[in-house]
Amino acid sequence: MAAASEAAVPMAGPAEPNHGLRILLIWLPLALIADLVIWFVWGPHLPPGDMSSSAAGQQFAIKVMAVMAAPVMAFVLIYAGYAMITWRTRDGDEEDGPPIEGNARVQFSWFVITTAVVLSLFVFGTVELVSANGAGAGEGPSPIWKPDGKPLVVQVIAQQWLFTYRYPQFGGFETTQLMLPVGQSVQFDVTSLDVIHSFWAYQLGVKADANPQVNNVAYTKTEHPGQVTVRCAELCGLWHGAMFDYGHVVSVAAFQSWAHATRIKMAKITKTLPAYALIYTPNEIKGLAKFYYQAGLPGAGGGYYGPQYYPNEP
Amino acid sequence: MSVPARAVTLLVAFLAVVGGVVFVVVHILLAEPPTVDFTAGHAAGQPVSMTIMTDPVNDASPHPDWVSYFVKSPQTGKWIHSTIFQLPAHTRINVTNYEFDSCDPLRNQFNGRVAGTVGNVMSVSGEADGVNGKNISLVNSDTTCGVAHTFSAPELGINVPFEGVLYTAKNQCTQGPCAMSTTHTTTTFSFITPGPGEYRWQCFIPCGLASVDGNGHAMSTIGFMTGYLDVVS
Repeated sequence: MAAASEAAVPMAGPAEPNHGLRILLIWLPLALIADLVIWFVWGPHLPPGDMSSSAAGQQFAIKVMAVMAAPVMAFVLIYAGYAMITWRTRDGDEEDGPPIEGNARVQFSWFVITTAVVLSLFVFGTVELVSANGAGAGEGPSPIWKPDGKPLVVQVIAQQWLFTYRYPQFGGFETTQLMLPVGQSVQFDVTSLDVIHSFWAYQLGVKADANPQVNNVAYTKTEHPGQVTVRCAELCGLWHGAMFDYGHVVSVAAFQSWAHATRIKMAKITKTLPAYALIYTPNEIKGLAKFYYQAGLPGAGGGYYGPQYYPNEP
Repeated sequence: MSVPARAVTLLVAFLAVVGGVVFVVVHILLAEPPTVDFTAGHAAGQPVSMTIMTDPVNDASPHPDWVSYFVKSPQTGKWIHSTIFQLPAHTRINVTNYEFDSCDPLRNQFNGRVAGTVGNVMSVSGEADGVNGKNISLVNSDTTCGVAHTFSAPELGINVPFEGVLYTAKNQCTQGPCAMSTTHTTTTFSFITPGPGEYRWQCFIPCGLASVDGNGHAMSTIGFMTGYLDVVS
C-alpha cells in the first residue's frame, strides 16, 4: 500500500526550465538567418529567373513562400530535436511521462498563426496573379487580365512534334524561330493542330496548354535579352521528349531586322498559308473535302481532314 | 501437394512471369528496326548516296496496311525496312526518294517548304504536277496533288515534302517494298550532316490513317514514318 501511495503522488524534483523560451531563443536566430540566406543569397538564383515580368514574378513568389515556410520548417525541426534531446529516456528511467492535457493557449496560437499564414498567402497569390496579367499562364480565349498598351502578338502553333510561330503584325509569316524584342509586352496565342500540347517557355515563365480548336492566351513582358528554352509540357506521343526548341530575346533593333528579313524570306510560303486565325480547323483547308470527294476518298485521314463533301450543297 | 511439388510449381510460375516480362521488354518495348550503316568504307570528304522509298503498303512487317519508309542497303542493294540510318558527320548526303504513296493536303502548309537542304531546294520528277526535274523550294498542297509524306528533322532544320502520286494514277503500288515499275515520283535533295549525335526525323503528314486522327500507328512507330539519324564521327 505504501508503495502504491508513493507512486500516485508525483515526486518533487528540480524545477522545469522554460522550454518555450529555450526553443524560441534557438529558433529565432536560425529562422532569421535562414530567411536572410533565402532572400539575398539563394533567391536571385531561384527558377525561372527574371528574363520576363512573369518569370520575375514567379521568382518573387517562390522567394516569399520560401521565406514564410523556412521559419515553420525550422520550428518543426528544432522542436523535434529539442524534444529528442531534452525529453529522451535516460538510463533507469522507467517512469511514465506526464499525462497529455489540452492547452488552450497553444491551440489558439496554432490556429491563429496557421490561419494568418495561409490567408496571407492566398491574398498574396491572388494579387500576384492579377498584377502580373495572369502570371504567364494561359488564360483561355477570353483573358481576364490584360496588359496595358498594344502587345506583340505571337501565335504558337503546336503540332506533333514541333512548335511553329506566326507573327500576325508582320504579315502573318510563320517560322520555327521564336524571336522576341526586349522590353516588350507579348501576347502568346497558343493553339494546336492535333493533340493537346503545352507551350512552356521556361525562362519567360510562360506555360500555356495548346489545345486543338482553342486559342489559349498568355501574357508576359520581356525584361532581359537571352536564350529561352521552349518545351512541350504535355505528354503528346512518341517524340514528346524531342519537342523542344530555343527562342531568343534580343534588342528591339535586332528583332525588327530579323522580322523584316524573315517576312521577306517567308513571303512565298506565307501566301500558301491560311489567313491568320486564332484556331485552324481542318475544314478551312480550301477545297479539301471536294478534293477527297472527287478522288473517291471521302473521310480519308480518319476524319482528320474535315467534314464530308456534299456536291449538292452550297 | 508435397513440398517439392509446391516449390517446383512456384518456381515455374515465377520463371513464367519473369520470362513474360523479359519477352515484352526485349521484343516489344526495345524492339527497333536494324540500323542501316552508311559509314562503312566511306572516304572522308566524299558524299554519301542514300536511297529511300515511301510505300503505301508494307508487306515486310506485321502491319501491311501501314505506310512505311524503306531504305536501300548500301552494301547489298536490297530494300530494308528501317528508318534508322547511321551517317558520317560533316558529310554531304545525297538523298533519292521514290514516292509511291498518294498525296494528301498538308495539315500545316508551312511544312510545304523545302528547308535545311543544300540550297533549300529539292528536285522532283515523275507524276508531280508540272515540276518535272526542276529545283523547287515549296509545294503548295492545296493546289497541286499534295504531299504524300515529308522527311523532316526539326533539330537540323530539314524539311522535305515529297509529292505523291495522283489517286487516279494507274499501276499503283500494292505490295511493299514497291516495284520500281509501279507509279512513283522521284525526289532528290542533299543535306550536310552535323556533328556526331542522334537526331530524330519524322513525317509531318498525319498519315497513320484511322488512328488518333492520323497521328497513330505508322506516324508513331519507329521503322515506319519516323526514325533517327545516327551521326557518327
